[in-house]
Amino acid sequence: MNVFEFTLLVAMGAFVAGLLGSLTGLGGGVVLVPLLTIFFKVDIRYAIGASLVSVIATSSGAAAYYVKEGFSNIRIGMFLEIATTLGALGGAFLAAFVSTRALAITFGVMLLYSAYLSRKPRTQEERNLPPDKLATQLRMNGSFPSEEGIRNYNVQHVPAGFGLMFGAGALSGLLGIGSGAVKVLAMDQAMKIPFKVSTTTSNFMIGVTAAASAGVYLNRGYIDPGLSMPVMLGVLAGSMLGVHILMKAETRILRLVFSLVLVLLGGQMIYQGISGKI
Amino acid sequence: MAWLQNWTDRRMEEIVADLLRAGVAVSALVVFAGACLYVVRYGHSPADYRVFQGEPSDLRNLRGIVHSARQLRSRGIIQLGLLCLIATPVARVAFSIWGFALEHDRLYMIFTGIVLVILLYSLLGSGSAF
Repeated sequence: MNVFEFTLLVAMGAFVAGLLGSLTGLGGGVVLVPLLTIFFKVDIRYAIGASLVSVIATSSGAAAYYVKEGFSNIRIGMFLEIATTLGALGGAFLAAFVSTRALAITFGVMLLYSAYLSRKPRTQEERNLPPDKLATQLRMNGSFPSEEGIRNYNVQHVPAGFGLMFGAGALSGLLGIGSGAVKVLAMDQAMKIPFKVSTTTSNFMIGVTAAASAGVYLNRGYIDPGLSMPVMLGVLAGSMLGVHILMKAETRILRLVFSLVLVLLGGQMIYQGISGKI
Repeated sequence: MAWLQNWTDRRMEEIVADLLRAGVAVSALVVFAGACLYVVRYGHSPADYRVFQGEPSDLRNLRGIVHSARQLRSRGIIQLGLLCLIATPVARVAFSIWGFALEHDRLYMIFTGIVLVILLYSLLGSGSAF
């Protein structure tokens, strides 16, 4: 394959990944790395570097859309970003010492876990919780417009959320993904923040987390311009289109298909990691 | 006071969204320009990423990338665009410090400052940046 064909094919693959990622809300990064390593035979470290760059592009590009929704809480986001950026730095440093086989297996497990999370029914939201002392001191409690009018929420379990966010950051830095699923889990399940506020705040945080590890990857020489270029442009175009058709699309079946793809790719990554093909 | 804080928060988020969009647009344009040059120049050479070699030092840090882009090397221009992209969330965090300063929110100025230091360390301090 020459550079022209490679660039075109990777851009097309990245476009589809970005489109599906934004339509299903699962993010494109999580399918990009297996796509590049399994089908294009790219070394996993180059693939992770390229994926990180595309994560920044989609998260920043979608910001305008999420701001219009007006649910995100910048105080919660900024406080938790201390944990995610520290975790991301740690993950990125760790990536240099972990073998590519271990990276592939970890990635596979993460894919299976994302598929599981996307199929799990959401637990009922607990409302009217009493204010938590630490969350009140940190001025995290907020309100957002819902169908029944303005709804107030009280944030809970700040230390647990902070710890989970550190883990989300480390995964992001190690695997080159946005790890939005883990971020939403930390806010929605641990901190009892309403789902809509969690998802929009998470989207705001993803770009900053990815930037923290992208710096380390760039300095290490893991970000290759020839590979990152079609990946970034393709994912960006795909996710922009995805955000625009999001309103009209029936995403339930799409989510099912996408989680099946995640399971298949996850199994493949684990198999290749164990058999030493990566 | 609560409504004032809500209003400035909202306004801040709108400015932040514009900032992010502008950053992505600029970097996508620079990457695209480099991409055209790259495909024209190297389109027929073989593409192989099977073996990890790591990038040469002039594509790893700010000074090298700027130097390479100024000489109109296609890979340098693409890397400059990617660097703009990585800098976009950093600019967003820096802007938020100013926003919290307007609200006289010293606690969150400190939190945001910590995030900014971590980001700058990753971008400039984690390798041989200069």
